[in-house]
Amino acid sequence: MPKLTIDGLEVEVPAGTSVLQAAEELGIEIPRFCYHERLPVAANCRMCLVEIEKMPKPVASCAMPVGEGMVVKTQSESALQARKNVMELLLINHPLDCPICDQGGECDLQDQAVAYGNDRGRYDHEKRAVSFKDFGPLIRTAMTRCIHCTRCVRFMTEIAGVPELGMVNRGEHAEITTYVQHSLTSELSGNLVDLCPVGALTSKPYANTARPWELTKTNSIDVFDGLGANIRIDSRGSAVLRIQPRLHEDVNEEWIGDKSRFACDGLAKRRLDRPFMRKNGVMQQATWTEVFAAIEGKLVQLQGHEIAAIAGDQADVEALYALKLLMQSLQSPHLDCRQDGAASDPKISASYRFNSTVAGIDDADAILIVGSNPRIESPVLNARIRKRYLKGDLKVAHIGPATDLTYKHDYLGDDIDVVQSLVNGQHPFFETLKAAERPMVIVGNGALARDDGARILGALRYLAEKTGMISDEWNGFNVLQTAASRVGGLALGFVPADNGYSTQGILKAAKQGDIKAVFLLGADQIETNSLDSAFVVYQGHHGDVGAQVADIILPGAAYTEKSATYVNMEGRVQRTQVAVLPPGEAKEDWKILRALSERLGKTLPFNSLAELRNHLTSAYPSFETFDEAQPGEWGSFGENGALDPSCGPLMSCISNYYMTDPISRASPTMAACTLEIVGEAETSRTGTDG
Amino acid sequence: MSNTENAHSVNAVEQPDSFEFSAESQAEIQKVLARYPADRKRSAVMPLLDIAQRQHGWLPRAAMDHVAELLDMPPIKVLEVATFYTMYNLKPVGEFHVQVCTNITCWLRGAPEIMRAARDVLGVESGMSADGRATLAEVECLGACVNAPVMQINDDLYEDLTYETAKAVLEALLRGEKPPIGSQTGRQGSCPCKGATTLKDHVPTDRQFKADKESV
Amino acid sequence: MLRDEDRIYTNLYGFQSWDLKHAQKRGDWDGTKDILAKGRDWVIDEMKTAGLRGRGGAGFPAGVKWSFMPKESALPHYLVVNADEGEPGTCKDRDILRHEPHKLIEGCLLAGFAIGAHTAYIYVRGEYYNETMVLQAAIDEAYEAGLLGKNACGSGWDMDVFIHRGMGAYICGEESALIQSIEGKKGQPRAKPPFPAGVGVFGCPTTVNNVETIANAPTILRRGGEWFAALGPDNNNGTKVFCISGHVNTPCNVEEEMGIPLKELIEKHAGGVRGGWDNLLAIIPGGSSTPMLPKSVCDDVHMDFDSLRDQKSGLGTAAVIVMDKSADLMVAITRLARFYMHESCGQCTPCREGTGWLWRTMVRMEKGQASVDEIDRLLEVTRQIEGHTICALGDAAAWPIQGLFRHFRPEMEKRIADRRADAKTRAA
Repeated sequence: MPKLTIDGLEVEVPAGTSVLQAAEELGIEIPRFCYHERLPVAANCRMCLVEIEKMPKPVASCAMPVGEGMVVKTQSESALQARKNVMELLLINHPLDCPICDQGGECDLQDQAVAYGNDRGRYDHEKRAVSFKDFGPLIRTAMTRCIHCTRCVRFMTEIAGVPELGMVNRGEHAEITTYVQHSLTSELSGNLVDLCPVGALTSKPYANTARPWELTKTNSIDVFDGLGANIRIDSRGSAVLRIQPRLHEDVNEEWIGDKSRFACDGLAKRRLDRPFMRKNGVMQQATWTEVFAAIEGKLVQLQGHEIAAIAGDQADVEALYALKLLMQSLQSPHLDCRQDGAASDPKISASYRFNSTVAGIDDADAILIVGSNPRIESPVLNARIRKRYLKGDLKVAHIGPATDLTYKHDYLGDDIDVVQSLVNGQHPFFETLKAAERPMVIVGNGALARDDGARILGALRYLAEKTGMISDEWNGFNVLQTAASRVGGLALGFVPADNGYSTQGILKAAKQGDIKAVFLLGADQIETNSLDSAFVVYQGHHGDVGAQVADIILPGAAYTEKSATYVNMEGRVQRTQVAVLPPGEAKEDWKILRALSERLGKTLPFNSLAELRNHLTSAYPSFETFDEAQPGEWGSFGENGALDPSCGPLMSCISNYYMTDPISRASPTMAACTLEIVGEAETSRTGTDG
Repeated sequence: MSNTENAHSVNAVEQPDSFEFSAESQAEIQKVLARYPADRKRSAVMPLLDIAQRQHGWLPRAAMDHVAELLDMPPIKVLEVATFYTMYNLKPVGEFHVQVCTNITCWLRGAPEIMRAARDVLGVESGMSADGRATLAEVECLGACVNAPVMQINDDLYEDLTYETAKAVLEALLRGEKPPIGSQTGRQGSCPCKGATTLKDHVPTDRQFKADKESV
Repeated sequence: MLRDEDRIYTNLYGFQSWDLKHAQKRGDWDGTKDILAKGRDWVIDEMKTAGLRGRGGAGFPAGVKWSFMPKESALPHYLVVNADEGEPGTCKDRDILRHEPHKLIEGCLLAGFAIGAHTAYIYVRGEYYNETMVLQAAIDEAYEAGLLGKNACGSGWDMDVFIHRGMGAYICGEESALIQSIEGKKGQPRAKPPFPAGVGVFGCPTTVNNVETIANAPTILRRGGEWFAALGPDNNNGTKVFCISGHVNTPCNVEEEMGIPLKELIEKHAGGVRGGWDNLLAIIPGGSSTPMLPKSVCDDVHMDFDSLRDQKSGLGTAAVIVMDKSADLMVAITRLARFYMHESCGQCTPCREGTGWLWRTMVRMEKGQASVDEIDRLLEVTRQIEGHTICALGDAAAWPIQGLFRHFRPEMEKRIADRRADAKTRAA
């Protein structure tokens, strides 16, 4: 390990470390624009110039590897002068429009100009004009502000794997652009807003909305897919104005998907902000007392087995637990948190988790993807696969919908027979998996929710065992969950009790009249017309599909409005925080259930959130372990038997990334993305998809 | 043509709907591809764009799309290349692409006169002539500085020009004639115009310098 | 003056054919197999003995550069020949390409062998279309005669030589930009390290040399490094093809001994300065990037790397641009400023933003719209660019302006004042 001296301090770092990184080790920050630790080094902004003894010119510290005995000066006169020189040149063509620029207050250029800039410019020629660029509904451009650091180009090319941006022309005419103006189509494009060090690329939906110092910042967890990305919610008053990623190396690094970032404008639309009940066939506003009375009035007439509950994809652990206990006390065995009917085995936790862990992708050397399109089911996880792919020596095979996964892979078609031949060891990729040291299978709910889902699950378990995916230090069997509620729900047993019906069974029984009351906890992704004759209580935050068939609506809280626990696909327990209060009379979900239980004479055994959580963890201790991936216990799961070609091709469980849940379906921004990015052909299919 | 014009042309110029390589071009492409390692097809983007431009006269978007597809490159990366190098014409040029060097050595020896000659013949300050037959541009050093001033018309350099000879060359070309390329004063290559100062008696007729086989 | 017997390029002007038959008569491809038989180390040592410094401008010793290539490597090695001749004033490689292509091709085989490369790419500037056609025909001849390809010259060494045409970008003359260009990218220079000898074309070890450097190699190896080293001053060995352009009576290319006095070079070969030596104003001695020298320096400066460096200029490509007293130096340098702005790749901040600033200020001075104190600001901007960029284009943009004011500041100040007065009068 080379030893060097930076500003008089000695540091020893691994060979290949850059001078800039070595300085960071010492807590010395060197200003930079183009350098970003997750992107390839460009060394083009020249802001990080330092003086290195025995070198004739100032050196770009981001691109200079450390050398034994190097003597670096980051604060010498020549280094500071070099940065001032660069700063002046950066500013000569940069407009003086900070007062109308959304980056103002959180702009690297603005901040560093304070340190290295002059109070007036010496450039008295006309500034450069740049033609307008349209990057689509998410990214607002003001390319006169661009400093050509190419972070955006490198992000799209390397991280997102959707190389749609480039720098065309040359010299002072160089411009960042798309090829023949079109919308960016990456599901990760919003990260450009964070990466752009100036106001060239900003958030279009957030345009001219607020200044950063006006915002209340709340750390929280994303619920739009099963990854549990760490986010920061920026709010002002009662409004959530924007969502940004928070660093978590093992989960989302520093990225989030566009839905997680931009669907937040859906939080202010179509909200259920007070109780409603159907009176004479018409939905009308009601009071909490009225709706509870109506529920009680209905339920007293019914036996436990005539009551059922289905939980949706964004239900939190506390609400799920409260509802489960309530259903138990009502003696109903019919409850399920799997709206899609996926054949996960709640008794064997490895059957529904991402057992390799998300960070484990970094170690994989062969990946088989079955019945999933990870690019839209979890864009950030998919970027992690791409990152692993870029490191080399990774073989990926895909059985599912033909699509550009952003990395090279063997596309094996969408035929279930391919899975069969793999399991039988007849397909060549079987040998690839077997030869790999860390083979992985990633199965999506598109496969597990089929009628032969349990057999697919069993077949893939068998494949995992046969190809050496399961050992003491490696579990290569992974389910890519798209629902934030799923792993938590399965772990606390929000599943049919003995003789209980699963989602499909509940719907069928409701249609036949055997089940007479159904409680929907934010469940909108179901065949709601099966519920026409049942008494439906919908508890949730958006007037979506579920609310339309409801007889009673209990207004709940969205994920930004409650402190709630979610378990991500790898079993990581994380918690959201209250950023804003629920609108109107809406309440946190566990509170509603607690109040309802009291009214029903089945009072739940907790009076506060803390008590609820204690109750939960004493029953399910795994919820006590915070922020740690908890891979499942291996066991025998799934069913034996032939896979069924009559179930059709293997599909993803999502067709339109931008609209998968009540919040994103209410979001004008997501609607614009659906229209402009997914295309009009897809628009007609949304609503029931997800 | 300036670079700015280049990139904006892609959006501004009327574009053909499709582009296909001719059989001749395709044969040329095969030769080009053989020069690079099989997994480095992208290296062929510059020659392929040139082949497309030679076939079509200029470089339309459809040709860039086609090249991107052939080489398995993102179209934006092809556009980057096409807008970076000045010899790609992203909008139509005339039958005669007249490029007059105005850089230092040509300027010292009368480049403005050559520009004047070209303007007089073609009737434009720069850009395409009214009849569309020729496109005039002022360009950077063409690399024939000891034969300055020079102009390049399509692939050919015309050297040691004066106002009169430049005019004569252009007029001859427009008449459909083929004036001799190279020096317009009849001088041989880069030899001093009054005769060689070196190698005058030294016209080697046989091998002069043999490898010293004894010293192996 | 260099004896004709010591000239490498005996067909520089193309009085004879470039073809293989005539090239062989001139001594090309003679005993190539025997040279190769002496082995890689012998070749490199001989080049080191010769002390041949790179002829593309930077003057790095070629033998030393070749020795940087890894001896053992799992990756293929590449030789890249830089024929992207674009430095204003320079047109020497053109003559080698069109009149002496076999010297270059033979040099590719020898250099390729020395650095362990089986493939050479000759990157020829796009405007040299006809020259490329000649070179390609010569390569084809060489293949046909068994001089290239499998078992080239019967040496047991396989050597392929391919042409990659540039398409109009001066910056591709910078070696890492040239590598990017061969890889099908924009010609944007790469940060160094890593150097091409470690990570070059396709990520493989690569040596990039100028046309003249490579084309010198066969003669040096045939006649011996000592022969070459005996020519020219110490550390500035050998012969050099000079390009003499501008205000001389007979502009020409000529091969001369390194270290020849500038005045002698011009008077002997280029027919002298137009209107006589005393009519000389200034000379740019090594292509547009090198700072100009006033007549007083030109009177007795010698043409080699070290002598010109001592005069705060450089030998560069040895392209001598002569300006007599009729030349408006400000217009000349403004034109060069425009050139560098046009050719900046746009990658790094100082060059992308600064070259335009320099040009605009020069234009203003030229038009009489500037004040004298803008000179200091202008020079400051040149220093803000110089040394702050990835490649040397930033430096190249700065130096001509610095050279102008270093030697002609009083004249320029007067000029600016006069022009300003003129402009005011015209306006009034």
